[in-house]
Amino acid sequence: MLAYTVKRLVLAVPVLLGLTVIVFLIMAMIPGDPATAILGSYATPENVARLNRQLGLDRSLVEQYFIWLGNLLQGDFGRSFNLNRPVIDEVLERFSATLVLAGAALLLCSVFGLIAGVVTAVRQYGWTDKIVTFFVLIGISIPSFWLGLLMILVFAVWQRWLPASGMFAIYGGGDLPDLLRHLVLPAITLAVVATGVIARLTRAAMLEVLRQDYIRTARAKGVGETRVVCRHAFKAALVNVIPVIGVQAGFVLGGAVYIETVFQWPGIGRMLVTAISTRDLLLVQGGVLVVAASYVLFNLVTDLLQHLIDPRLRT
Amino acid sequence: MKRILCAAAFAAVTAASGQVQAQTPPGVLIVGQIAEPKSLDPHAVTAVNDFRILMNVYDGLVRYKDGTLEVEPALAESWTISDDGMTYSFDLRDGVSFHDGSALTAEAVKFNFDRMLDENHPFHDTGPFPLSFFFSAIDSVTAEDEDTVVFRLKEPYAPFLSNLAYPTGLIVSPAAVEEHGKDFGRNPSGTGPFRFAEWESNAKVVVVRNDDYWEGAPALEAVVFRPITDGNTRVAEMMSGGIDLMVEVPPDSLATFAGGGTEIHEQAGPHVWFLIFNVKEGPLADKKVRQAVNYAINKKALVENVLQGTAEVAAGPTPPAFSWAYNDDLDPYPYDPEKAAALIKEAGHEGAELTFYVTEGGSGMLDPVPMGAAIQADLAKVGLKVEIETYEWNTFLGKVNPGLEGKADMAEMAWMTNDPDTLPYLALRSEAFPDKGGFNSGYYSNPQVDKLLEDARRSTDQDERAKLYKEMQVIVHEDAPWAFIANWKQNAVTAESVEGFALQPSFFLILKDVTKG
Repeated sequence: MLAYTVKRLVLAVPVLLGLTVIVFLIMAMIPGDPATAILGSYATPENVARLNRQLGLDRSLVEQYFIWLGNLLQGDFGRSFNLNRPVIDEVLERFSATLVLAGAALLLCSVFGLIAGVVTAVRQYGWTDKIVTFFVLIGISIPSFWLGLLMILVFAVWQRWLPASGMFAIYGGGDLPDLLRHLVLPAITLAVVATGVIARLTRAAMLEVLRQDYIRTARAKGVGETRVVCRHAFKAALVNVIPVIGVQAGFVLGGAVYIETVFQWPGIGRMLVTAISTRDLLLVQGGVLVVAASYVLFNLVTDLLQHLIDPRLRT
Repeated sequence: MKRILCAAAFAAVTAASGQVQAQTPPGVLIVGQIAEPKSLDPHAVTAVNDFRILMNVYDGLVRYKDGTLEVEPALAESWTISDDGMTYSFDLRDGVSFHDGSALTAEAVKFNFDRMLDENHPFHDTGPFPLSFFFSAIDSVTAEDEDTVVFRLKEPYAPFLSNLAYPTGLIVSPAAVEEHGKDFGRNPSGTGPFRFAEWESNAKVVVVRNDDYWEGAPALEAVVFRPITDGNTRVAEMMSGGIDLMVEVPPDSLATFAGGGTEIHEQAGPHVWFLIFNVKEGPLADKKVRQAVNYAINKKALVENVLQGTAEVAAGPTPPAFSWAYNDDLDPYPYDPEKAAALIKEAGHEGAELTFYVTEGGSGMLDPVPMGAAIQADLAKVGLKVEIETYEWNTFLGKVNPGLEGKADMAEMAWMTNDPDTLPYLALRSEAFPDKGGFNSGYYSNPQVDKLLEDARRSTDQDERAKLYKEMQVIVHEDAPWAFIANWKQNAVTAESVEGFALQPSFFLILKDVTKG
C-alpha cells in the first residue's frame, strides 16, 4: 500500500510539470498581454513596452519559463503583478476558502445522495421512490447559478435569515457560527446537482446488488431487512459509488466557479477567472498547479478508499 | 452519521436564527465595490474601482472642486504658473502630516514624482507605474524650500494641473514607501480624511476617520469597501441591508430601487462611447458614408432601450461634463434613415459590406454586445451589411489599438478622461496614428484639427482653450471620423440612513462629507 502510494505520488510530478508547460504555452498563445490588460485604453505600444520591461516580460518565453521553474524549486511562486502580492499567499488563501465550500458541498451531496439512492432502491416504484426521484431529477436539472440567485432572494432578501454573500460578516463575526451561516446557502446550492447524480447512481448500483443471489440467500436465512440493506447490499454498492463521488468531487471543485461568483465566495475558481482575464500569468500558474495537485491527491485517496472497502481489489 | 448531520444542521439553523442579519452600525459606511482593489498605491493603479478608495485616503496638490471638473487647491494652498507655461510653483499647506506621522514637505512631493518617473530612483522598483506618462511632460521637480515645490516642464502642457488632481497625482508618504517597499500598496499612508486600517483579501478594505485631517475630521467613523463582482449579488446585498452604498447599479435593477427607502444618484461623467471608423480604406473612407452611419443609428433608442436610461446621447467627441470646453451649439446627428440611405446612394456604396469589431465588455464599454447588435440592425435598414466580430476585451484592444487597416471598418470604443485634452490628442491627431504610439486607430487626419489640438494643449488660458476646443468639435462633428453614440451617466444607490452623498462628474467617490445615522 505504501509503495503504491509513493509510486503514484512520484508519477504525479511529470504530470504537474507538463501541465505547467501547457498552461504557460496557452497563456502565451491567447491574444492580449498583462501590460495591455493593466493599461486598458492607455495601452500604446510605447507604454506597453515600458510596462513589460518593468514586469520582466520582455524576456523570451523559454527564459521566462525557466526563471519561473527555478524560483518554484526554491519555493518561490513569484509575485502576482495584478494583485501586487506573492502568488503563494493569494493561492493558499483562496484555495482554502474553496476547500471549505467544496468540502461542505461534498459532505452534503454524499450523505443525501447516498440516503436518497438507497431509499429509492429499496422502495423501488413505490411512492417514496417516485417523490424522491422527482426532487432528484429537479435537482439535476436546475442551473446552479440560477438556484443560487433564487436562494439569495428568498433567504437573504425576503426573509433576511442568512447573509447574501461573502465568507465572514463584514462587521464583527469571523468565528465558526459566522462561517457556518455564510456557508449554508452556497454549500447547498453547490451540492444540489451532485446530490442528484450520486442518488441516481446509488439507486442503480443498489438495485443491481439487491438482485444478486447472496442477498436472496441472506433473506432466506432470515436476516433482517435493515441488516440486508445496510450491511450486505450497501457495502457492495458503495464500491461502485465511490469512484462516482470522486468524479463529483472534481465536479464540485469546478462548479465552485459559478457559485463563488454568485455568492462572492473568495475561492480559487473566481481567482483563476480573474487572473486569466487580466493575463496574470504567475497567478494562473500557481493556481492551476495547486488545483491540479489536489486533483491528483484526490484521485489517489479515492483509489485507496476503494482498496480499503473492496477486498477483491487488494490481491 | 445521521446524528452528526442533525447536529450540524441544528448548529447552522440556530446560528442563523439566533442572530438575524445585523444591520451595519451607524457611523460605519459599507460600500459595495465592483472588484477587489489591485493596490492602494495610487501611482500603481489604473482602475476607477481602486480610485474610489484612494481618493478618501490621499490628497493631491490640487483636486476637483465639488461637483465640477475644475481644479481647486488641496495640499497646495496656492500656485503660480510662469508666462511661458513651463514652470509651476506650488505653496504647500502648513502643518499637514501623513497618517504615519511624517510631515508633508516639498521633499516628500518631489519623492513622489521622482519615484514614478526616474528609473534610477531607489524606490522606482516599487512600481510599475502604468499611468506615469500623465506626468511625462515633467522635466524636473525641485524642493525650493520646506513648503515650496517647483515643477519644470519640457514643453507647455495645459492638462498638467488637471492631471495633478487625478489619482496618479495623489501624494503618498515617502516614509511609508521606504518602510514597506513593494508592499506599500498593502500598507498605504496618505494625508486624506480617512486612514487605512485593514485589508482582508477578497473580503474588505477598512479605512477609519483621520481625526487630524487638515480640513476637519469627517463625520463617518469608518468606511468598509466590499468587493462584490457580480451585479445581481450586489443588488441583493443592497436589498438585504448588507451594504449602504452601491455603485454601478446594473440598468435592469435601477427600477428595483425606485422608492422603498433607497435613494438613486445619477451623474453624467467625462465619458464618451463611440465607433471608430477606418477612414483609410473601404466605404468609410468617404465622409458621406460616415455621416450616413451617424444618421442611421438610432442613438435615442440605444440609450433608452439598451442602456435603459443610464446614458445620454452624445453630440460630438467631447463629453458635456467638461462644461467649459463643451460646445453647446452642437446637436447630435438626428436619427434619419432616409437621409442616410440617400447619402450612401450618393456615395455609390449601396449594399456595402462592413466588418465591425465588438467587444464582450471592458472598462466603460457599458453593454457592448447588445449595442453592437442594435447598431448592426440600424445599419441593415439603410442597406449596409455589417458583419460583427466579437472579442474578449484584451484581445479586442490588441486588435483595435494597432489600427484597423486591413482588418475592420469600424470598432466600438469608449474613453473616460479627466480633461478634455487627452482623448482628442491621443485619438484624433495625425501624429497619433498607431505606428506613432497613439490611439488614432481609424487614421483620421485633418491638419486644421491637428493645429487646434496642439494649440489648445499648450495654452494656459482657459478661455482661449475653450475657444479652440469648441472649434475642433465643430470640424470633427462634420468630418465624422467616429459615430458619436453616448455619454454614460454613473449611478449609485444609497440606503435611507445615508446623507450628504453626491456622485462627482470625475466618477470618484468622495466620502468625507457623508453621514450615516
